[in-house]
Amino acid sequence: MKRTGKPVFFIVALLILFVSYAAFFGIYTERGDLSIPVIKGASDIRWGIDIRGGVEATFYAVDDDDNALQADSKQLDAAKEIISIRLVDNHITDYELYVDYENSRIILRFPWREDETDFNPESAIQEISMTAMLTFREGNETEEVTDANGNVTGIKPAGVTESNIILTGDDVEKAEPYYDNTKVGTNSAYGVQLTLKESGKAKFAEATEKLYSATESERGTISIWLDNDEISYPRVDAVITDGVATISGSFTAASAQDLANKINAGALPFKLATSNFGSINPQLGSSALDAMLLAGAIALVLVCIFMILVYRLPGAVASIALLGQVAGMIAAVSGFLPSISSFTLTLPGIAGMILSIGMGVDANVITNERIKEEIRKGRSLDAAIDNGSSESFSAIFDGNVTVIIVAIILMGVFGPPDGFWSKLLTPFLFMFGTATTGSVYSFGYTLLIGVIFNFIMGVTASRLMIKSLSRFKHFRNKWLYGGDRT
Amino acid sequence: MRKQMNFDFVGNKKKFALVSLCILVVGILCNIFLGAKMDIQFTGGSIIKYSYSGDISEQAVRDALNPVTNGNESLQFNYNVFAAGSDAAHNVLSVSVSDQHQLSSEDQQAMLSALKEAFPDAAMTQIESNSVEATMGREFFWKCMVAVVLASVLMLVYVAFRFRKIGGWSAGLVALVALLNDCLVSYFVFIIFRIPLDDNFVAVILTILGYSLNDTIVIYDRIRENRRQLGPKSDLATVVNLSLNQSFGRTLNTSIATFMAVTCVTVVALIYNLDSILSFSVPMMFGVLSGFYTSVFLASPLWVGLRSVMARHKAAKAEKQQNGKKKAAAK
Repeated sequence: MKRTGKPVFFIVALLILFVSYAAFFGIYTERGDLSIPVIKGASDIRWGIDIRGGVEATFYAVDDDDNALQADSKQLDAAKEIISIRLVDNHITDYELYVDYENSRIILRFPWREDETDFNPESAIQEISMTAMLTFREGNETEEVTDANGNVTGIKPAGVTESNIILTGDDVEKAEPYYDNTKVGTNSAYGVQLTLKESGKAKFAEATEKLYSATESERGTISIWLDNDEISYPRVDAVITDGVATISGSFTAASAQDLANKINAGALPFKLATSNFGSINPQLGSSALDAMLLAGAIALVLVCIFMILVYRLPGAVASIALLGQVAGMIAAVSGFLPSISSFTLTLPGIAGMILSIGMGVDANVITNERIKEEIRKGRSLDAAIDNGSSESFSAIFDGNVTVIIVAIILMGVFGPPDGFWSKLLTPFLFMFGTATTGSVYSFGYTLLIGVIFNFIMGVTASRLMIKSLSRFKHFRNKWLYGGDRT
Repeated sequence: MRKQMNFDFVGNKKKFALVSLCILVVGILCNIFLGAKMDIQFTGGSIIKYSYSGDISEQAVRDALNPVTNGNESLQFNYNVFAAGSDAAHNVLSVSVSDQHQLSSEDQQAMLSALKEAFPDAAMTQIESNSVEATMGREFFWKCMVAVVLASVLMLVYVAFRFRKIGGWSAGLVALVALLNDCLVSYFVFIIFRIPLDDNFVAVILTILGYSLNDTIVIYDRIRENRRQLGPKSDLATVVNLSLNQSFGRTLNTSIATFMAVTCVTVVALIYNLDSILSFSVPMMFGVLSGFYTSVFLASPLWVGLRSVMARHKAAKAEKQQNGKKKAAAK
């Protein structure tokens, strides 16, 4: 049998130490006064709203009398579009927004901005869930809107555009993106088809007649607004009398869909009501984070000491592997590489990581117990290590599968409705609503990655290290592996 | 050479089962007399927490809130709460309304301004709010229950499949009984410590399911291996006893490591007053203890019992058939 070489221990241990350093502290390059991550560290982790503070709300569709109604997926997409436009209007760019199509619900989470001192979550939610105002206006005259400090924050209609509203959302039946394959290669292959209701046909015919001109340069425009956002300003190229208009020019499949969603949003036949609303003050959350990090550090140190006291040399190896496991978990949360976005880590998620520190030594414990047993049976050191490693594999494997089952179910139940795990469980849980809270999702994730890294570290890294160390003369004393003192 | 540990787990199975039964009876009695508290996540309703300084009277708070809550509120005061990162202690007022109508964001705004007006010097700040619609809470509750059942079924099937050589279904069934025991213990911890059942409860139950079964499986794995080595004719009780003694060190040490980690979380959460973590870590501590107990002392010894009952039943049936045949032959 091929023996593991002496240098292997140092290679594996250094590799673990390096990866741990990178995962905890990150590696950054300086470009001017910006530090750009090459490898993301723990500080690049995206914290959940229970740590950063923030708002969590679930919206559902209601009719004018506030009765809940079943909305179809197009309407929900439109409502989602509205919410994201308004979030950006409120300078909230970092948010999570999910649609639960089964239950006609939309789930929104967004954290406090760090520079924000006086933030009112209640009014933000009210503003976000307001019924959207869609208007078609004549011309494209705008003026800039400035805030108290004189900074430009947006634009609003002015002049004739302000005074002459051609259509409102009530006049619009639907908007749909289309693809015209006879025009492939030109810039009008993609576009949006607009269908008006009876109430809008005459008004639109009259306006297009007024704005249309045979000479291309003299044709007027109609600007389309959602609340105070100008979403499009097409030129009138024809008189539309049948209530079916097309908007074309330089669209892609995505941008056509986007414009159609926005117009549909303004024509939504329902309002959004809040069925679930929570907010957490950032002060509360950040103190909780410090406390949990402290708990994690203490747990790691205690478990390492315990392992070394009980298992001696393999215990020390297990501690190195455990460090690698924690680093692996942090890397799997932060994304590690700058191109992979960070997973949202919540307080239960951190609790899951600390729990994994305890459960994570299991693979090592099983192997080390087995080695100790073999030595006490009187086997030679090398035979004991080989047997101990090979015979413990099935126990480690079977034991880990159960925790993986649990982690997947947790992620499916508490995860976002459009997430992979939720979809996987839909056949079993389709009749139930979305989770009223999202923080446990993160716990399922850390539990899952904890088990996976426990397996990787316990089965590969620790064994390589033990086998390599046992080649050194100084480390051949059986006492170091749990045998009696010789 | 040191002596291998040798304890008769199987022979004492009745005593171990009795201990478990006693714990369950105490738990059930607590459940009857104390009753389970459900968090608003499952029942619907609202809880809003404010931090303030100084003294405020309960009646004044009720008067200020009355226009919004119509007297449906219940109040809870926590004094001198320390939070890491801030030097000053502050007091916390929790207002809960478990009414059919959850408080809308407008209501919450109105409540904060009413409190600010009533206690201008108390530096009232809203630190946390949570409000859930009743139907949504109920749906979520049932979703969680189905998830727990689903997890149990999947695990039963997995154990039955992996250990089919040593009678998988009976092994899976006994493991499931042990798991049920662990889940009940965690549930009783929620009852005894008056922790409302919330999403943490589901997380704890599912984790304990996985954790405790992990312990049981490692032992089953050892039984399977010893069975292979000693041959199918070997006495089951002897094999199980041997396996339990061999794997005892592993089960104990992993449990100690896990228990230490969870205890660290509990201690820190106690110091910093993190309710949302305590309601997770305290039941988890007891769940880990129970998982250790049921895996070592309950599951495998009971399995031996079940197998011998099954064997006796089978023998009786075979004998009956034999007798039947004899009678038929006699005729």
